Amino acid sequence: MTTDYAKPLPEMTADNSPFWEGCKRHQLLLQKCSGCGHVRYASLTCPRCWSMDHQWVPSSGRGRVYTWIVVHQRYSKAFEEDLPYNVAIVELDEGPRLLTSLVQIENEAIRPDLQVEVAWDDVTDEITLPKFRPVS
Amino acid sequence: MSLKDKYCIVGAATTRFGRVPGVSPLAFTVEAAQLAIRDAGLDREDVDAVLCKYPPTGFHGLWAHKVSEALGIQPTIAATIDQAGATNLGLVQYAMMAIDAGLISTAVCCYGDNPLSGTPGTYGKALGADAAYGFIGVPSGYAMIAQRHMIEYGTTSVQLGAVAISTRAWASKNPNAHKRDPITIEDHQSSRYVVSPLRLLDCCLVSDGGAAIVVTSADRARHLRKPPVYIMGIGQHHVAWDLPRRPNLTTSGAKVSGQTAFRMAGIGPQDVDVCELYDCFTIVPIITLEDYGFCNKGEGGEFVEDGRTGPDGSLPMNTAGGLLSESGMAGMQLIVEAVRQLRGECGDRQVKNAEIALVSGQGGIMHTHATAILRR
Ligand SMILES: [Zn+2]
Repeated sequence: MTTDYAKPLPEMTADNSPFWEGCKRHQLLLQKCSGCGHVRYASLTCPRCWSMDHQWVPSSGRGRVYTWIVVHQRYSKAFEEDLPYNVAIVELDEGPRLLTSLVQIENEAIRPDLQVEVAWDDVTDEITLPKFRPVS
Repeated sequence: MSLKDKYCIVGAATTRFGRVPGVSPLAFTVEAAQLAIRDAGLDREDVDAVLCKYPPTGFHGLWAHKVSEALGIQPTIAATIDQAGATNLGLVQYAMMAIDAGLISTAVCCYGDNPLSGTPGTYGKALGADAAYGFIGVPSGYAMIAQRHMIEYGTTSVQLGAVAISTRAWASKNPNAHKRDPITIEDHQSSRYVVSPLRLLDCCLVSDGGAAIVVTSADRARHLRKPPVYIMGIGQHHVAWDLPRRPNLTTSGAKVSGQTAFRMAGIGPQDVDVCELYDCFTIVPIITLEDYGFCNKGEGGEFVEDGRTGPDGSLPMNTAGGLLSESGMAGMQLIVEAVRQLRGECGDRQVKNAEIALVSGQGGIMHTHATAILRR
């Protein structure tokens, strides 16, 4: 737990709070469509059948690096000491992709399709960020 | 019923570009609109629609109404549209539709902003809800796409550099361009990373300035001051999905938008004499050329190599220097340059016998896209 955490935090909304509550319990949740069973990253409607009804279901927390960047520019004082740092899109084994960062790896070692698993970062009492680390 | 060749761009103008302190977004917009209306040989009472893209330095409610007030015009239609970098071509299409519906006769489409000297940091804000991970700044979004294009198709940083070199070579022939000093591939490769894989010279400028155009019917256009530029084809497409939810990062709205515009125009890529493609980052014209069918998907990097899009190349592209070198403003200047090329007003950078020009606009992180095909 860190009380002086200075980085931006995700904004909790009525639509995404179950996702962040899951993260707090170290459970990565996806939405499973009640209409057709399609599993997706949090969104209001099913991209396949347009249903808004869904259940939150746990992900395996495993996936692959889909694409990534390394930020060198100082955009925000809060991230200054991390420069250069990576941001990645990971494709989970269940299919959905999410934006995250990769930890326990040098930026130079990041490769496409690198196998990764969730690594929880409890940044405040309320917020835990799902980050990903290489599968050992 | 097709709108092909029924509507024309009859006025086109730009203000000074670059670092221009002391001029507000409103003043740039109004100056550009006045210049464009006068370029057409018209006056304010001839204009009955004022269509605007709001300036990214700050959201202003009723922006088109503020512009109308400053111009001293009480229009039949005043509207501010938000399609990011695709807005300006969108405004052209909405003008055509409004004229075709008999609502208006002549529209001014105008844009101006001062992100360099007025409100620095405009393009360095957090990208949506993902700031928690440091996903900040417009280059970060496009770098995600560039990296994926590299993964899928083997596109290289040197190929991205070819776009930067080509646009700068054109800008060196444009006295109003923000950056005119020619660059080499060594300059590109030694420029610092902003957000890897994008280097400084892969990123568009941040520039102050304004640009505007005037749209009216072909019947009216024939009696005006400058030769009419006919709108042969126009299209839009909006992929909308944010990056993690977008099924495919390397095909953009350009595909459907381009097909729509080419179908309406009744021509193909081989008929285009000059291209003005939205180049906020070097990867964007590469993907756009692929999506428009100038080359196959994945071959855009190879296509732009060897100066093909430069002053001596077979496909002149971004002949005033584009967003990378002429002005970082959000695309209205590309329409102006296409009009000037088709009128033969471009001096040292004039493309010989330019009859058909293609213009693209796109924005967000490739969320939006619009295409226009123009002829003289
Ligand atoms: Zn469904």
